[in-house]
Amino acid sequence: MEIFWLLVLAFMLTTYIVLDGLDFGAGIVFLFFSKEEKDKEAIIKSIGPFWDGNEVWLIAGGGVLFAIFPVLYASAFSGLYLPLTLVLWMLIFRAVGLELRHLIDNKLWKQIWGAVFGIGSFMLALLFGIALGNVVRGVNLGGVENGVLHYSPTNFFTPLWANDFSPLNTHPGVIDWFTVILGVISVITLTIHGANWIIFKTNSGINDTLRKWSFRLSIALVVMMVVSFIAWIKVKPDAFANFIETPVLWLSIITVLVGLGGMLRVQSFKKDGLPFLFSSLFIVGSFVSTLLALFPKFLPSTNDQVPALDIYNTSTTEYGMQVSMVWWFIAIVLVAGYFYNLHRTFRGKLDEVDYH
Amino acid sequence: MQDALFYDRLQFGFTITFHYLFPQLTMGLSLLLVLFKGMYLKTGNEKYNKAAKFWAKVFAINFVMGVVTGIPMEFQFGTNWARFSELTGNVIGQTLAMEGMYSFFLESTFLGLFLFGEKRLGQKLHFVAGLLVAIGTQASGLLIIATHSWMQFPVGYELLESGKFVLNNFGALFSNPWLWPSYLHNQVASLVTAAFVIGGVGAFYALSNKHKEQASLYLKTAVITGLISSVLLAFPLGDWLAKMVATYQPVTFSAMEGHFYTEESAPIVLVGQPNMVEKKLDNRIIVPGVLSFLTYKRWDAEIKGLTEYDETLWPTNVPGLYYAYHIMVGLGTIFIALMAVAAFLLWRKKLITSKAILWIMMFAIPFPYIANTAGWYTSEMGRQPWLVYNLMRTTDGISEVVSSGNTLFTFLGFIGLYMLLGLLTLVLVGKLINDGPEPKTENA
Repeated sequence: MEIFWLLVLAFMLTTYIVLDGLDFGAGIVFLFFSKEEKDKEAIIKSIGPFWDGNEVWLIAGGGVLFAIFPVLYASAFSGLYLPLTLVLWMLIFRAVGLELRHLIDNKLWKQIWGAVFGIGSFMLALLFGIALGNVVRGVNLGGVENGVLHYSPTNFFTPLWANDFSPLNTHPGVIDWFTVILGVISVITLTIHGANWIIFKTNSGINDTLRKWSFRLSIALVVMMVVSFIAWIKVKPDAFANFIETPVLWLSIITVLVGLGGMLRVQSFKKDGLPFLFSSLFIVGSFVSTLLALFPKFLPSTNDQVPALDIYNTSTTEYGMQVSMVWWFIAIVLVAGYFYNLHRTFRGKLDEVDYH
Repeated sequence: MQDALFYDRLQFGFTITFHYLFPQLTMGLSLLLVLFKGMYLKTGNEKYNKAAKFWAKVFAINFVMGVVTGIPMEFQFGTNWARFSELTGNVIGQTLAMEGMYSFFLESTFLGLFLFGEKRLGQKLHFVAGLLVAIGTQASGLLIIATHSWMQFPVGYELLESGKFVLNNFGALFSNPWLWPSYLHNQVASLVTAAFVIGGVGAFYALSNKHKEQASLYLKTAVITGLISSVLLAFPLGDWLAKMVATYQPVTFSAMEGHFYTEESAPIVLVGQPNMVEKKLDNRIIVPGVLSFLTYKRWDAEIKGLTEYDETLWPTNVPGLYYAYHIMVGLGTIFIALMAVAAFLLWRKKLITSKAILWIMMFAIPFPYIANTAGWYTSEMGRQPWLVYNLMRTTDGISEVVSSGNTLFTFLGFIGLYMLLGLLTLVLVGKLINDGPEPKTENA
């Protein structure tokens, strides 16, 4: 039962990253690669009808986490208090920038809210990458200091950074060199992903430039993946234990490589949707591989006194999981219908259509 | 520890108060949008579609603000109230997760269609999209109030020795006696807010001699829905809710009413100030016997006073609770009177020229917001000092790891950010209203 719910959660969060990730990417492209108003509008139109629905995957995923793994929800949200509050503020900025920009026809107004939208998106990509880094590296569960427990074993508090910025410390901070590497990977990946989405959904004047950048950034991504691989082995020497035990899991790593291979060929694709398909594959593969490497843990412990939080010691009762399963299945069928309907209505290129 | 509790409560109270300024309009307004759109489909009269389009723009701004201020609410359960989440997540996680799955997906995907898809969808499907958004907003209200009701009146659970509440009856969450009176009261109250906003804008246009056709449509819609909803709100819904509080939380009821000593034929207090030192009401104006009658349908029924209960069981802030409740009830009564006068004038076809009443309607816009907020304060302060009524104290619900300094920092951040959001909303909605429902150039 716990494994079923882990799969549900993995599915919802992966969907979130793929979908809202493209919104963040579009925001970053908006910030760095679009100069003319026409192109800026094209970018906003490409995500306009979708971003709000995309964001719901985070809220609904958070809800499911709360219902099924309440201990984890309580522990992780309070322990990562400061970065999560930053995420909240950036989500507010992103949404407000995006929605308010077109409401007043004034150049300066548009510049301000455009920048707010872009910076918010950039920060979210960075923060979510760093957050993933924290989950992989683990936290000082129980707040152990010199062998003494300061909190109950399910609790911890991670400061923004520790003095040495090292992930190998027993009480590391949110920001260290390992989590920053993952943050950078997240920014690069989502920028490519957003660019690929814009290529897919618009005929904007910057599509050719974006293809070039999508390629260049993919090369940078390959370099960063190698760097992160080395760092990962250093921080978590047993990262591949699950893969060695169950070889079929290598499929997820193969997905990563296929995605990456496709992303590098962005300039030779004739169909505008293909680059987006490959960057989605890359994101799905990397996120799933990360979860597989952690399994069955959710949040490893950096000290040796308190065991990790895993899917078994944080879950709700059998009854709770069973009733949730009923309403979840009904809901997800409905949701699939909503999204099919939404994307069918707004199929094709969106920049030359007058929505209003 | 006490410091942390103080800031946790302050932050939650502030962010939820601010958040609820938006849904209370959008929940009611979504129904009126469906009404306008439906009337357009039925009559083909362009004025209804213009109204739907105009109010959809106002709706969109408020909806975005509601969404962005709503996410911090979900997060705070984990960030600031970790102990509470850990112990009760097995129960209330259900309704909160369902809100995401059943309501937010519905609202967000169909709002995109409603705002951007009129041309691609055609008129009928556009109406359906609007209807689904409205259903989504009502579902959201239901699931939140189901959560709230469980905290007020816990049902369908088993309390384990570890202090954990675990669910053993899912259906009970929805047959909770607290749920339906609270839910209906709340939804009808949000319709009052929407009616007053539409009516206020209609009055503004009528007084400035602009958009005459739209102005009279708004006034008519507002007065009819406003009168029906504000009457329903008091009776039967308010009455039903008050009786329920009297049955299940008698100590809260006595505090709300400012009723300190047990009395037969208890009076209802119209005005008065709780004096917590001498445990009495100062300067009170009362109507004898009415409280007994309203509560038990007998003029001589006995109503227990606050002093019957141990002081540790009293609501934490008795004067706050008393004032919140009386502000809500007082304003609600004024709303009925205002709408009744306006409805009479509407019937005599004089409303559009009655300057005095139009001025009042225009300046009445903020008051349903105040009444709604006061109503929620009554409900929430009435539950204190408990998080889960009679079972878990608020002190025991906070995050042990988050120090008061952290919460103070984020609280200050939220204040600044929300001031900005509030200002932006006013400026932008003000601009929409000033541009009017009949913009000169159709390019917006």
